[in-house]
Amino acid sequence: MSDTAAQPRSDGDESDGSSAGAAADDPTDPDDEQPAGPVSTGAESVVAALEAAGAKTAFGVQGGAIMPVYDALYDSSIRHVTMAHEQGAAHAADAYGVVAGEPGLCMATSGPGATNLVTGIADADMDSDAMLALTGQVPTEFVGNDAFQETDTVGVTRPITKHNYFAGGADTVGDTVGEAFELSRAGRPGPTLVDLPKDVTQDETDRTPGPATPPAGTDPDPNADAEAVEEAARAIESAERPLCLFGGGVIKGDASDEARTFARSYGIPVTTTMPGIGSFPEDDDLSLSWAGMHGTGYANLAITHTDCLIAVGTRFDDRLTGGIDTFAPEAEVIHVDIDPAEISKNVYADYPLVGDAGRVLDQLTAAVRESPDAGAWRERCAEWKETYPLTYATPDEEPLKPQFVVEAFDEATDDDTIVTTGVGQHQMWASQFWSYSEPRTWVSSHGLGTMGYGVPAAVGARVAADTMGESDRDVVCFDGDGSFLMTMQELSVAVREELDITIAVLNNEYIGMVRQWQDAFYEGRHMASEYSWMPEFDKLAEAFGALGLRVDDYDEVAPAVEEALDYDGPAVVDFHVDPEENVLPMVPSGGANGKFATAEDQL
Amino acid sequence: MSGESPDDRADEESTDPRPATDGGSAAGEGPETDSRPMPSEQPGPRERDHPEGRRNLEGIRIDPVVEAEHESRRAVISALVEDEPGVLARVSGLVSRRQFNIESLTVGPTTVDGHSRITMVVEETDPGIDQIEKQMAKLKPVISVGEVAGDAVTSELVLLKVEADDPAAVHAVSEMYDGKTVDAGPETITVELTGDKTDVDSAIGAFERFGIVEIARTGPTALARGNTPTAPGEKPGTAGEPTTHDD
Ligand SMILES: Cc1ncc(C[n+]2csc(CCOP(=O)(O)OP(=O)(O)O)c2C)c(N)n1
Repeated sequence: MSDTAAQPRSDGDESDGSSAGAAADDPTDPDDEQPAGPVSTGAESVVAALEAAGAKTAFGVQGGAIMPVYDALYDSSIRHVTMAHEQGAAHAADAYGVVAGEPGLCMATSGPGATNLVTGIADADMDSDAMLALTGQVPTEFVGNDAFQETDTVGVTRPITKHNYFAGGADTVGDTVGEAFELSRAGRPGPTLVDLPKDVTQDETDRTPGPATPPAGTDPDPNADAEAVEEAARAIESAERPLCLFGGGVIKGDASDEARTFARSYGIPVTTTMPGIGSFPEDDDLSLSWAGMHGTGYANLAITHTDCLIAVGTRFDDRLTGGIDTFAPEAEVIHVDIDPAEISKNVYADYPLVGDAGRVLDQLTAAVRESPDAGAWRERCAEWKETYPLTYATPDEEPLKPQFVVEAFDEATDDDTIVTTGVGQHQMWASQFWSYSEPRTWVSSHGLGTMGYGVPAAVGARVAADTMGESDRDVVCFDGDGSFLMTMQELSVAVREELDITIAVLNNEYIGMVRQWQDAFYEGRHMASEYSWMPEFDKLAEAFGALGLRVDDYDEVAPAVEEALDYDGPAVVDFHVDPEENVLPMVPSGGANGKFATAEDQL
Repeated sequence: MSGESPDDRADEESTDPRPATDGGSAAGEGPETDSRPMPSEQPGPRERDHPEGRRNLEGIRIDPVVEAEHESRRAVISALVEDEPGVLARVSGLVSRRQFNIESLTVGPTTVDGHSRITMVVEETDPGIDQIEKQMAKLKPVISVGEVAGDAVTSELVLLKVEADDPAAVHAVSEMYDGKTVDAGPETITVELTGDKTDVDSAIGAFERFGIVEIARTGPTALARGNTPTAPGEKPGTAGEPTTHDD
């Protein structure tokens, strides 16, 4: 995966993630990675390593222990976006990485700066997003003494990083940072962290960092075993009810093209996981949209009845599988993953194919000689699509339905629009009622489910699109009232940096997803889920210097959507939506996917 | 549900300003009837056809008649690791976080500078053992990891302090188990024992009658027999030479 993952999304002239050294050896290499320039301190070495590795943007907050690094950034080509909170920096870097297809970079000082990054690092870890976090640390001689603003950052972040480093000295710190950057995207991507004691970054050194390479053994063979591919191909040919399940790995591996070619070549219906949204166009006849707890009924029925599940780049999260005993109970499973530890972790793989998603899909496309005889199966899937469409009731009076707002934005924007979300009901509606067709347009917190992800992610996504020269793409954040309150201070960053984003708050004056569960499973006892004291978000937006709008009625939706999208800068629309609306269909947690409820009384 | 359910409100007529999903009208443009079936018209969970099959907890498809559950067994896992700070914390953190049933863990240097060997004894099902190996292999400082063949040489060091009421008898038992007296005082005697699990367990049993005051066990460490490498890919190492990896 690494070669492909290393490629920036703007296809074309970038070479694979070749190192600074290779670029230096070959002056014709068009790669934008540069050899590191001369340095005089550890901090300069850090920045030189980042530049050499191709980092273009950093998100962070200043502070004592990280000051030397910031000082070295002063003369750097790397753009620094100062965030309001370190959690925002981590989410912005994460989203930047998702959209740009290269590791996002975030920075914080020691102690509270570093601990504020933790949620964002854990989020990136759960979603396998390439990201490098740099944290300041107290000088080496004070480490372990409870010095001012000291936290054992390496210890705290050990279980939530792919690997983390404690920088040992000024001579080696640049190499460490370069290695950490490359490691974050090698193989299965994930966050890495380098903790930088202040003496290490302040000390003098004239050692220019060498070419950045991932550590030995972390960049696996992209091709799956040829024999295993042949066996899987035979299983596909003889399947009667084959189904593709494309996960987030298809997107991280830039394998959407291969995934589309494969499914279409053999007429195999496709469902995705939630992180896999965008890997296959949802308006394609073969698409069954996404599966799982709030996925479509037809996707969940297809998973329940398939006899051959071709799962690519998914870790079979329990929000996808429901109860393992009832997950794809009749299917032989072909599992493609770059990470061998994912094979048979949750669902046993009858045909394990370890390798890069794109390469293995190419291998499979070449190895399958005849299409499976799946005409009847495709018809059955189409019937399910007819019988269980995503739908909602729109009464002729108010209150406004949140799904309507999502559909209105979808209608008004192009296919390449990037959607970010918080976590809750609004996140589900944003994934259900928007028709995604391109990878890296759906940016959300899946594995960790972090409320507050949406606004900083929109900042990161916007900066990424602008950096890639795609300023004409829209960035829309669907947020809940609760989620928005958690990180809305990042609106100040959007205003300061003149970032063109639109935030649609689906305001139900509840932390709605909790309210829905309380109604379904706790006898409607709304303990701590009513937010009846919500501030007026349109006025808050104005206080921040953004455009603020408020919508209560159906006929105000279209004009507000248009005004917000047209506004050249951050806009917040506070949509007052039906507080009682629920997310359906729903597979109760641990339940059988095929037994999704389409109405509350079925829960 | 508190409030009305969507079903109650489902019968809206032509006043729906929502665009039909299949139609081309822009948001909010005008009335549009929706032909999509509402939940009330859809077959509920119990009316749908459901397959007979099942999977077990390990996600393996099972024959509904013969339900195959995996028995757990004892396995010795050996890992060669870079001897860098935090490596033990990484390994033990991983093992504890994933709730693997670990019996013992020993670490010590190898013949190669900068490399250590971790020997871990676990009690797990086959899929569990497989996962331990794969998860450990993901850790950056882990060079190589694998289960040590069943006939491996395993040995454990035990220090045992017993009451010194009958020193002669203690010495006799100690000799029987190839133990060594490492400390003898008027009140206690400390004996050092090594051996595999059965040897050590039976020795401890034999000392019990003297009254065991304190005990310290290292847990087993292991090497594969003969030319078989202990960790996969490990080359017969002599000091200073790389023990594994082609890269
Ligand atoms: C940081 C964090 N805290 C708590 C939760 C638990 N949680 C999940 S959804 C939810 C409600 C979200 O409310 P809101 O953002 O208003 O969105 P809505 O569901 O109303 O659309 C809560 C509290 C979480 N996911 N993340």
